[in-house]
Amino acid sequence: MTMLDQRPDSQQEAANPELERRAERRESWRGFFHAVPAYAYLIAFFVLPLIIVFVFSFASRGRTGRPILDNWNLDAWTKLTEPLVSTIVGRSLFVAALNTVLCLIIGYAFAYWIATRPKQSTRTLLLILVLIPFWSNFLVRTYAWRILLDSDGYITQIGEFTGLWGRMLFTLPAVFLGLLYGFLPFMVLPLYAAIERIDWSLVEAGRDLYASGTRAFLKITLPLSRPGIIAGSILVFIPSLGAYVTPDILGGAKTTLLGNFIVTQFGAARNWPFGSALSGAILIVMVLTTILYFRSGARTL
Amino acid sequence: MRRLLMLLAAMALVVAACGDDDASATQALADACTLGETDGDLNLYNWTEYIPTGAVATDAEVVDMLAAFEEDFGVHVVLTEYDSNETMLAQIEAGVGYDVIVPSDYMVSIMNGADLLIKFNPDTVPNLSNIAAEFTDLPYDPGNQFSAPYQWGTTGIGYAYGSIDDENGVSWGVIFDPDQADVNTGFISLLDDERETMGAALIYLGYSINTLVEAEVDEAAALISATRTRLAAFTSVGYADLLTSGEFVVSQGWNGDFLYSYDTASTDDYDAYEDFGYAIPIEGAAAWVDTMAIPSTVEHPCTAQTFINFMLGGFIGGELTNYNYYASPNAAAEEFIYPEILEDPAIYPPADVLERLEFFEDLGDFGTYYADAYSAAKG
Repeated sequence: MTMLDQRPDSQQEAANPELERRAERRESWRGFFHAVPAYAYLIAFFVLPLIIVFVFSFASRGRTGRPILDNWNLDAWTKLTEPLVSTIVGRSLFVAALNTVLCLIIGYAFAYWIATRPKQSTRTLLLILVLIPFWSNFLVRTYAWRILLDSDGYITQIGEFTGLWGRMLFTLPAVFLGLLYGFLPFMVLPLYAAIERIDWSLVEAGRDLYASGTRAFLKITLPLSRPGIIAGSILVFIPSLGAYVTPDILGGAKTTLLGNFIVTQFGAARNWPFGSALSGAILIVMVLTTILYFRSGARTL
Repeated sequence: MRRLLMLLAAMALVVAACGDDDASATQALADACTLGETDGDLNLYNWTEYIPTGAVATDAEVVDMLAAFEEDFGVHVVLTEYDSNETMLAQIEAGVGYDVIVPSDYMVSIMNGADLLIKFNPDTVPNLSNIAAEFTDLPYDPGNQFSAPYQWGTTGIGYAYGSIDDENGVSWGVIFDPDQADVNTGFISLLDDERETMGAALIYLGYSINTLVEAEVDEAAALISATRTRLAAFTSVGYADLLTSGEFVVSQGWNGDFLYSYDTASTDDYDAYEDFGYAIPIEGAAAWVDTMAIPSTVEHPCTAQTFINFMLGGFIGGELTNYNYYASPNAAAEEFIYPEILEDPAIYPPADVLERLEFFEDLGDFGTYYADAYSAAKG
């Protein structure tokens, strides 16, 4: 709000401050009532379950694996320091980071291309094409990849015909192919939104001042699309960190990632306190990182 | 804000504590049931594709068991399916009201230890007498007080003929020994199950699948870890179909799953049994019994017992085996089972093979050691 906007307000306030304050309060209450369904939903299905997760992380494990809400202890949290956990966390971070970088490179080029199409109708059509995969279930689409990548699949046939690759199913490249495919739209959409907003006359001005194409991109386009890069990277990185379906179905579950590790704790290992501590720890780290990021002055999002 | 958080924490505790039902009241209801009595619709919680019903039953030319039960007793049956004992356990612990569940042997001990099972009223399940003598006194439930055997089977190796040397029987070495297994690198699969997968490695190393010795478990984990580069996948779902479609040539798995897939892959012009086989390895294998039981969350205990009695009938028991190719623990069922199934050593192993089988037992607290060792082995 600028000073100019405030001036008439302050005059009114001077005229009748009490009335104004009451109106403000009423306005704030109305806002609150609008938000009640959302608050209720979040508390019932997000906050409460999270609290249950945290409570269970201090519970003890019964002889049969049943979580016992008694003998509160820190065993599950101490177990987080075991070398097995750090190996798995390290690997998951690597997979998530690499996938984010791959998505960023491919997604940026694609989003830039869409955003620079001159006709609005072309842009809309291209965006719809990006969204089409969401019309069917992720699990089903991952199984479809299995058919493409198996011994008789088209991708294998192309690879064998050109002599470049063999069967890719159940290999690490297959996992990255699946992850890239799955999370690319989450990168493209925010990037498109950011790039489309850019005032191209700034780039033109740069070129007029004899900046090369590369230099204009690095100095103008890239910094201006930063909010999109950050939003897209967060949207890709966080779910990739918990990726569970793709490594299992396309990679043959040969490496334990965080998602599978947590599932095991609640399934076969029946160690709910440890599974809860793992989930809780990831959540804390994620929230802290995000807060730190926003505190560091990057409020442009 | 702090008060709000305290309130939420208190609510969370209340919600969490609600799981502890009083099982004794339910037990009294179950004890009061009479033979053939029904007290409502049946909520059946069974493994996937484990009971013939609907189009699948028609295709397999066996009786639609759920429809038959509905017709005989005038109640409706709702079938829900699961893919692992642990999934089922989590549902029961969360208080979901299923009437009949199908836990495996070791899961019966786990659930019984946690007071999650209801004892049968023997008057309502007279067909318990049909159960073959070998299955009436197993360690997980002596005297079948809480569980009635449903089907039993083995965990062995399904393979494509010609891919391995099976002249003198099949060894677990076709998966774990580099000399025998390296030729099939990239086309081998293991189950993704810490008991079964670790079990195969333990058997190959000459240890018990229920060992409580840390060094032996560590050795098995190291073996699995060394085998990883040779594997296509760890998977407990769909592996038999991947074998018949050529993605795998050697797979660890459950006997009925393989035979069911070989049957499905066969057509009028093609006999998959000529290309694929199943073997119980020479070192031995894990055996298991799946059972029918009533969880403490049961809502219709009388219908539940009537259903279990119905499933233990001779004809139904025979048809069950004719459908899913797992052996029947039901002695009265034998006369209804196709002779080719009774003669198949993959389903009914001969006496000398039976001696090499071992059942899984509940490991108690040591279970987490297996889980961690297995996670570490997978890298």
